[in-house]
Formats: sequence, C-alpha cells, structure tokens
Amino acid sequence: MDHLKPVPDGVPSEGTPSGGSQPADGAAARLASLMQRSSRGDEAAFAELYDLTSARAYGLALRVVRNPAQAEEVVQEAYLDAWRTSSRFDPARGSAAGWLLTIVHRKSVDRVRSAEAATARDATYHRETEPVEHDSTVEAAHASLDAQRVRTAVAGLTNVQREAVELAFFGGYTHTEVATMLDVPVGTAKTRIRDGLIRLRDAMGVGS
Amino acid sequence: MSDIHKLTGAYALDAVDDIERASFERHMAECDDCRTEVANLRETTAMLAESAAVSPPSSLRDSVLSGISQVRPLPPIVAPSRRAAWFPLLVAAALVAILGVGAAVWQPWAPSEDRSDLTVAEQVLRASDAQRVEVDLGDTGRATVVRSKSVGKAVLTTEDMAPAPFGKDFVVWFQSAEGEMLPVGPMPDEPNATIVLEGEAGTTKAAGITIEPEGEPLDEPTLPIVAVFDFSQAT
Repeated sequence: MDHLKPVPDGVPSEGTPSGGSQPADGAAARLASLMQRSSRGDEAAFAELYDLTSARAYGLALRVVRNPAQAEEVVQEAYLDAWRTSSRFDPARGSAAGWLLTIVHRKSVDRVRSAEAATARDATYHRETEPVEHDSTVEAAHASLDAQRVRTAVAGLTNVQREAVELAFFGGYTHTEVATMLDVPVGTAKTRIRDGLIRLRDAMGVGS
Repeated sequence: MSDIHKLTGAYALDAVDDIERASFERHMAECDDCRTEVANLRETTAMLAESAAVSPPSSLRDSVLSGISQVRPLPPIVAPSRRAAWFPLLVAAALVAILGVGAAVWQPWAPSEDRSDLTVAEQVLRASDAQRVEVDLGDTGRATVVRSKSVGKAVLTTEDMAPAPFGKDFVVWFQSAEGEMLPVGPMPDEPNATIVLEGEAGTTKAAGITIEPEGEPLDEPTLPIVAVFDFSQAT
C-alpha cells in the first residue's frame, strides 16, 4: 500500500534553522518517512535515519550502560531491530525518534539488569555505594535547541521528581528499586516518576 | 488495583520488572487513558535522551549499516488479500508478553490499541468448547492450534519455530468441510508467536501449514504439508 508521507512544504531534507517549531516538525516528518522507506529495504534511507538519530541513541545507551563498548553493542542491536521491524512503525502512534529510542532504552536497561544479575552473586555488591552520576556526559552533549529546551524543562522539576526520573531513566532502576534507594514508600516513588514525567511532558509541549 | 494507572510513568521509563510489565500491558489493552498517557510519556522520555546526546564513534555507523544489509525487514502487518486475515501481529506481541514468553520482536507500543483483538484470542483460549491440537515439528519447532466453534475462531501458537527457508513463507490453510483448502495467511517470521486465525475457523475440519514462495498468490497449497492439525484428534 501507499504509505509515502510527503514532507511538509518548505521543509527540505533536514530541519532548517528558521526558528519556531517548524524545523522540529519537519525533522520528525523526515524521520518518519525515512523509517517507512527503510521498511521497504532502502538502506540509504536507513543510513540517513542513523545519521539523524545516532547521537541521541548512543548518548542514551552510554548514559544507561556507562561502558562505551557495551553502549555500542546495545545501539547496534537496537538499530538492527529497528531495521528489521521498521514496517511495524506506525506514524499515527508516535514519532520515529520516540519509537527508536524506546527500543534503545529498553535494550540498555535489559543490558544493565542482566549484567547486574550476573554480578549479583558477588556478595560485595552493594547498590547503595554506586555513585549516581547526574551529569557525566553533559559536557559532551550536543548543544542543540532541543537539548536546551529539555534542560529547561528538567530544571522545572522538583528535586525529588528529578532524582526519581533520572534514577529510573538514566539509571535503569525499577521504580521499586528507586523507592528503596531514595528510602521512600513504593507508591511515593511511582508517583514522583509519573508526576515528574507529566510535568516534563507539559513543559515540552508533547502531545499538545 | 485502581492504583495501576499510576504505573504509566514507570512503564514508560522501563522502570518495571517483567511481571509488572506484563500485567500493566494487560491493563493498558483495556484502558484508553493509560495507553494515551504512556504514548505521550514515551515521547517525553525520547526528548529526555536529547539532553544526553553524544556522537558515537564512526566505526559504529559501519557496523550498523553492514549489519542491516544482511537482514531482511519484516513484512508489514497487513491483512492478506484472501478471504481471511491475520489479526495484527501486535496481538501476538501482547499475548506473548503476557504469557511471559520471550518474543523475538519486541513492540514498544504493544499491546494493540484495539481491545477487541485481545478479547478474541482470550475468548478462544478460554472457551469451554476449545479444541486443542499440538504438533511437534522436531527441529522446526512446535505449533499448537486451539479452536473454539462457539467463538468461531482459532488461535495458533508457535514455540521455537525455525524460520521458513529463504524466500519462502510458512502459510496456514483451513480445510473446509467440503475438503477445499482455504488460505489463511503467512505466518509471522518469529519463533514464538500467538495469532488469531479468522475465516472459516468455526467450521474447518483441519488446519495445515505449508511452505510457499514468499509474496506469491495463495491458490493451492504446495505439498508436502509441514503440519496438519486435525480437529477430530483434538484434546
């Protein structure tokens, strides 16, 4: 069937810095179209998709698994999955970047949890002593408008919300683990995570 | 369990264990609000990744691109043009997640938004008149068909199913009461899948799996038949 989705008028292959939210929308439409072309076996489209998303994918994986070699493995697996299942991507249900990064994040989390299960036998392992880094890669982060917008939104969280969201998202901990680490009831951690995300969503104008 | 709605955030962040994930996905299949909220929060978490962006080494690009060149993208989830259609594969992914079986293809947005999908599969599996035929295919894997005449549908479950030969598909057929072979559709290219079979499921005497050239029209089953599910032998 025909699932070609035209890129909106006036938006060339990549977002042009013309201000406002137009570039972001154009980039999102571009990614969606590249994903759909990939599902038809278009490797060049997938290469472009990779170029437009790999910094986010790698940065996210690196942040969660921390080890660069493992982050690379995770990212490679995630892109391979995305390629293989690209026909399952449905632009009506969310953005291509969201779809891809969801895969990357899930694989990253699976990786740290299985590594953790492997090392759990070591009696010396105490999670409490793990340093929780909040900004280890910030220096290297790409300075983009979007990143700025995200940082502003994150800064709008309460401290306890930010702590809970970061432990869950970048730390890869489950909400019950987060509750234990923060020494709060499980329901409280769950609520902080959800409230924090909702606040971020509203601050970044997602889904509006 | 009214509290389960609050799990949207943790679920969107993958901050749940496998059991919580399965039970929340089951809940989401029936809760529009949670499904919408999860979709929004997933977009939000994707934007969070923006703040962590780091350029990967260029060697990774080469590995990714040479990796994909050796893998065929899965076919889209569409109804075959014939008289019967697969339910979307998402149903399978959702069910597999619920059953706790490792799925080869993991769907970020499973389960499907169409709740009627899930209930059909569950109806069949739980029906009091469910008939079950299991076929062991040796090295190729194992397949089970459960059919309920009252529901008028059947459910095919595969375990450790080997992929079809290159350029071929496993295709499911129903044998009508008159002995005619009716194509149902190609099986998903996955080792562990659960699929609702529609069409003449209520009246079929048997179901069969054959190997057919990929993408060819399904007129006649190619012999030999890989597996036969004869409902007169059902348990």
